[in-house]
Amino acid sequence: MTDTSTTNARQLSDLEVRAEKERVKRNWLLSMPAMILLLLGASGPLLIVLVYSFMTPGDYSGVIWTPTVKAWFQIFFTVDIFDDTVRLADAHLTIFGRSLRLSLLTTLLTLIFGLPTAYFIATRPGRQRTLWLFLITIPFWTNLLIRTFAILEVIRNEGLINNFLRWLGVIDEPIQILYTDTAVLIGMAYVYLPLMVLPLYAAIDRFDFRLVEAGYDLYANRWQVLRRVILPIVKPGIIAGSILVFVPSLGAYVTPRVLGGGKNMMIGNFIELQFGQGRNWPLGSSLSILLLLVVAVALLFYVRAANRGGSDE
Amino acid sequence: MSNKRTKPFSIKYLPGFTPVALVCFVLLYAPIVTMVVYSFNSGQSVALFEDFSVAWYFAAAENELVQEAALRSLIIAAFASGIATVLATMAALGTTRTKNYPGRTLIYLMINQPLMVPEVVTAVALLIFFASIKVATGYSGLAYLILAHAAFCVPFAYLPIRARMEGMDRALEIAAADLYATPWKTFRRVTLPLVAPGIAAGAMLAFVISLDDVIITEFVKSAGQDTLPTYMLGQLRRAVTPEVNAISSALLAVTVILLTAFFLLSGRNSPVGK
Repeated sequence: MTDTSTTNARQLSDLEVRAEKERVKRNWLLSMPAMILLLLGASGPLLIVLVYSFMTPGDYSGVIWTPTVKAWFQIFFTVDIFDDTVRLADAHLTIFGRSLRLSLLTTLLTLIFGLPTAYFIATRPGRQRTLWLFLITIPFWTNLLIRTFAILEVIRNEGLINNFLRWLGVIDEPIQILYTDTAVLIGMAYVYLPLMVLPLYAAIDRFDFRLVEAGYDLYANRWQVLRRVILPIVKPGIIAGSILVFVPSLGAYVTPRVLGGGKNMMIGNFIELQFGQGRNWPLGSSLSILLLLVVAVALLFYVRAANRGGSDE
Repeated sequence: MSNKRTKPFSIKYLPGFTPVALVCFVLLYAPIVTMVVYSFNSGQSVALFEDFSVAWYFAAAENELVQEAALRSLIIAAFASGIATVLATMAALGTTRTKNYPGRTLIYLMINQPLMVPEVVTAVALLIFFASIKVATGYSGLAYLILAHAAFCVPFAYLPIRARMEGMDRALEIAAADLYATPWKTFRRVTLPLVAPGIAAGAMLAFVISLDDVIITEFVKSAGQDTLPTYMLGQLRRAVTPEVNAISSALLAVTVILLTAFFLLSGRNSPVGK
């Protein structure tokens, strides 16, 4: 290599570095307006919630600017007003327990129904498959509130199920489903089912059925093929679907409000209560941050699992 | 049995899967179909079908509160999806088809944040934030709702646009530049027409998402700023009123029509956001 060629190379690389810098600047400038919008309308206010969770509640609403960790303490504990003993806040724990339990059960229920459904769609021939997929997509894009109303009309005391059972003569008095945990569970499984089916479908659609053939050649039975060949390979889809159902279930607000009534609150309704009648904005804020943290852990788990599974989503 | 098998052995068959899937579809559609059927019921009750009638549709259409809420929903959705689509297109230009650069992950995270944070948390955050601005400025118009909707619509507009851009052939833009087109002209005459289907899909998604929103609207709206979904939620007592049933069925019809159009236009591509 001669001197001039190194100088030329250096000049060229200088130019490249400058062009690269220009490009990065341009990319940032293009992304800036969207970032500002999201900072104002989504991310920024979350920081305010974090700050509010360390303040003292105001008399009517809002906060008084005296820092305290009381709101965080209140999440789990309550202080007796007479003798100052500290006890676990049972009412709160009941709500957390219900939220977790119902979200996990919803995930499980949608998986049990969603896996065969996704498999069924993915194994249809050509045009038929588009039609079945379309049938899953309609509920997916229908307003969640409308679907919740639809299920409400089915399970309420004068609704479809109870009228049908009464007509059959199985029951005299309507079965009270509405305003119970079961109602919330049925509702959430119903509204979130498409969120489970779609990623599962995507995973099974990519599945290479020659592997199943190989399994059968090696004397596996149907059950072994499902458990040892299909399930391990579509696992990323199962994880994706589970997270997509679990996360909105945990933060659900509309479904428990409509189907659970005032009593069977989930954490989303409990947060709202603190900003309404509860007039405890710091407690509502700390609960929001707690919910956010739980969801973040779930998402981290998802990212790790997705990376390991080599999924491209 | 295996010796007398007339059908060839199907490797895709799994026992019980097809019945469960079919039951699943029935369960998925039974409530929706019931809702639509009873929206044509002349009586008050959802338990008893009396006579076919479209009276409740007229009742809903003539209700001034419904008219106002529907108009407000459309205004907010139009502005929010418009803003979100423009900003998402710019952001997609800045984040696709380029080498990784410092901060790109941050941009991704920011843009997709509304998909990850539970909506009720964002709603609470915006309630706090806007409450203090409302007190400070005295303004309590629709701008808050539009801003909030535009923000959570960005990822829904961004994802299809990004997908479209990533699948695009760079050579066409390089050719345009070789032919002395200015960067703006290249964008206007080459890039934009190629990305247009993605932008249209993104805008449509954003529009529907804004139209459907309940939680953030419920928390952010000032008095008398009901959108169609929050109006419907507010009307709920022990049962759904026949009027709300009719509105729901009408909205369902809109969804089905839009989706069918989308399916037919995009052919094999399914309008699945994720």
